[in-house]
Amino acid sequence: MITFALSMLLLATGASFVLGRRRVLAMVERPVDLQSLPGYYGWYTALWCLVPGFVVVLGWMGSAPWLLEGATLNASGIDLASRSEAEISLFMNNVKNLASGSIPSLPDDPALLAAAERYIELRGRGAAIASGFVALFAAAGFSYAFRRLRPNLAARNDVERVLRLTLMACSTLAVVITFGIVFSLLAETLQFFNRVSPIEFLFGTHWSPQTALRVDQVGSSGSFGAVPIFTGTLLITAIAMLVAVPIGLLSAIYMGFYASRRVRAVAKPLLEVLAGVPTVVYGFFAALAVGPVLRDVGSAIGLSVASESALAAGLIMGVMIIPFVSSLSDDAIAAVPDAMRNGSLGLGATESETIRSVILPAALPGIVNAFLLAASRAIGETMIVVMAAGLAANLTANPLEAVTTVTVQIVTLLTGDQEFDSAKTLSAFALGLVLFFVTLCLNLIALAVVRRFREEYE
Amino acid sequence: MQARLTGRNAAELRFRLYGLFAIGAAIATLGVLLFSIVGKGYTAFVQTEILLDVRFDAAAIGDLEDLEGEGRRAALQRADYGALLRESLREQFPDVEGRTAIRSLTALVSTGARAMLREKIADDPALLDRSVPLWLTADDEVDMLMKGQIARDVPESERRLSDVQLAWVDALEAEGRIRTVFNRTFLTAGDSREPELAGVWGALVGSFLTLAVALGVSFPIGVLTAVYLEEFAPKNRWTDLVEVNINNLAAVPSIVYGLLGLAVFLNILQLPRSAPLVGGLTLALMTLPTIIIAARSAILGVPPSIREAARGVGASPLQVVAHHVLPLALPGILTGTIIGMARALGETAPLLMVGMVAFIVDVPGSLTDAATVLPVQIFLWADSPERGFVEKVSGAILVLMTFLLLMNAGAIVMRQKFEKRW
Repeated sequence: MITFALSMLLLATGASFVLGRRRVLAMVERPVDLQSLPGYYGWYTALWCLVPGFVVVLGWMGSAPWLLEGATLNASGIDLASRSEAEISLFMNNVKNLASGSIPSLPDDPALLAAAERYIELRGRGAAIASGFVALFAAAGFSYAFRRLRPNLAARNDVERVLRLTLMACSTLAVVITFGIVFSLLAETLQFFNRVSPIEFLFGTHWSPQTALRVDQVGSSGSFGAVPIFTGTLLITAIAMLVAVPIGLLSAIYMGFYASRRVRAVAKPLLEVLAGVPTVVYGFFAALAVGPVLRDVGSAIGLSVASESALAAGLIMGVMIIPFVSSLSDDAIAAVPDAMRNGSLGLGATESETIRSVILPAALPGIVNAFLLAASRAIGETMIVVMAAGLAANLTANPLEAVTTVTVQIVTLLTGDQEFDSAKTLSAFALGLVLFFVTLCLNLIALAVVRRFREEYE
Repeated sequence: MQARLTGRNAAELRFRLYGLFAIGAAIATLGVLLFSIVGKGYTAFVQTEILLDVRFDAAAIGDLEDLEGEGRRAALQRADYGALLRESLREQFPDVEGRTAIRSLTALVSTGARAMLREKIADDPALLDRSVPLWLTADDEVDMLMKGQIARDVPESERRLSDVQLAWVDALEAEGRIRTVFNRTFLTAGDSREPELAGVWGALVGSFLTLAVALGVSFPIGVLTAVYLEEFAPKNRWTDLVEVNINNLAAVPSIVYGLLGLAVFLNILQLPRSAPLVGGLTLALMTLPTIIIAARSAILGVPPSIREAARGVGASPLQVVAHHVLPLALPGILTGTIIGMARALGETAPLLMVGMVAFIVDVPGSLTDAATVLPVQIFLWADSPERGFVEKVSGAILVLMTFLLLMNAGAIVMRQKFEKRW
């Protein structure tokens, strides 16, 4: 229904463009007598038609779900006061599923069926009314603009003003998204902290988020001490950095100073391919190839390696961020002026002595920046750890055991069946907030390091 | 002195070798990864079939001549194709007796063979009461056996196929009743619980719809933002804030966008779960910073003299942008967009958050149908216990990587063909 209203609106907009342009051209003998180019008068009427109609569509899309839900519940005759919030939302979910036909077998609750019918009816009526309003507003806007058309109307200025506003609105979206992330995470997190104290969450050492369905079941409370998750994340990130930092940095150095043109022409695109491999592929590789190999090697030398060990996930995650480290360090190294290198070489230092005592210190802020960004990426990486790391929250520093990470927990808590208000679900948002905050801090520190310590040469 | 020099030169050589070793390690890992995936995955594109003489028994199906339209469809639906299969298998192996034995005999043929029989007879009712040789899809265990994935020498209890079943397969093979053909199902079917019936088409269509939404939302908004920031924005605190925000958003973990999508699109706006619409919107938020950054640098690359010339002949600032700057910056913008879209195509985590992990058999037909995308399909299959899915995962990865390669190659070609040096 909304698609239909929107396409009609777009058609009407096209028509207004043609009508507006034609009318203003009919008013003058030569197009040169118009204040603006004829097309701008078309745009002027088109925008007056489109914008009011579109505002109505947006308003309807934003408010319809709530209005519909309220009206259906009121009409359904169930006693709202006697039921809990969860029951009501379950009821509404069933109604919606029935209405959309995604429940194949019909339940025989008459109240539910009646409510679903009512819902469908209301939805149709609402959409019809909304479409009527869209048409009304679009027509009103159009007729206003159409009547205002004069050869001396400054159509271009008006149209351009609207377009500039649009440009500005688009650019504010970036800020809106950031605020959206912060607020949506914060809202759920605060609800979570109503049930579980922040102290327990941040400093507790036992994580088992399974809350029971019934109150009388064993372990119904669940415990939400996230320290094992944080240490697990740190462990895997540390392993990844141990792999990626030396390999990434050394490849950048080799590429920059030693590699012949031919080697560079081959190696550089290959590293880029490494960056382009989807993370789900790395995850599959880690889980299916690396994990078992590590376990076999471990048992051959008498170590017990968990099949979902932190080592497997960390190693592959390290491989994933190698290209990231190497390309950022490459930029940092390339920014060091040649004069410094030549000076050092001229004094008799070998290439490697030059790199170690001249180039690297000069490029250090950029390289640190690369490491921090790589770490932030490793912390936020999801698929590799979801597929290759474990689910159980062990508090351990042994890389051969299975640990879990923040992202793994978010995914396991939020996929599958869930009720939206349980502490279990809400805890995922709290973890998400921690993740967002930590990566944000790392990024800001990385930025600050570059700004503060970068030396400007020449 | 000489000794010192030798030592220094040795250190130089060592350092150089470290570098070579680092690059070698990175490339070797890539090689192992690709090799293991291609090695496991190429068999996904072929499939084992078994030739059986199936008799479309009129007693089992009913007389289709008398039936018209609805009734005929109902009769075709009702008919027991399993019985037809059992009959033809027993004809092949007359000495098999007993319920369990017959059940393990029918297990050699895929459960999808019944649907195949139904289609066959629905297409051509003249086959009724006739015996027709048909190539039927084999069960995934037989398929695995033929592809050498099941070792014959392990004890029977550790094998999915029993010794008897192995003997039957060998007998069929000796008669030339087993062949390996190109696996069309894999490229044309949706998901299935049975590895031999599962395909990537549903996921491909889902990926396409999702990317279309992501592109449709993020491209215009990204380009308009870039135009504003480069051409119109005043230098003030607000502009600084916007810029810092964009750079930060580019580094926010993708799963956080998933959480945002879950909270805003699903819970506040109540858009349908698992739909390409929601997945696409989420990916659009994620790719927006990439596109903005690429578009800004492309716009920055257009020399100021062009703007000045256009202003000089009386164009308004917006006309300068629309008629001159944007067309000249477009190749650069498109290159950045393609790269952003390629990243979105390989993205999995945020889509898990908005419910695109459901098991969906049907190929999605619209933006609000439940759908899944290729990387999520890979993730789902990788989680399946059946051995037959291992090759499907690798095969699906090959399909995904092919698309990524095509997109990136397209971006490179576009950059080289249209990029102007001023």
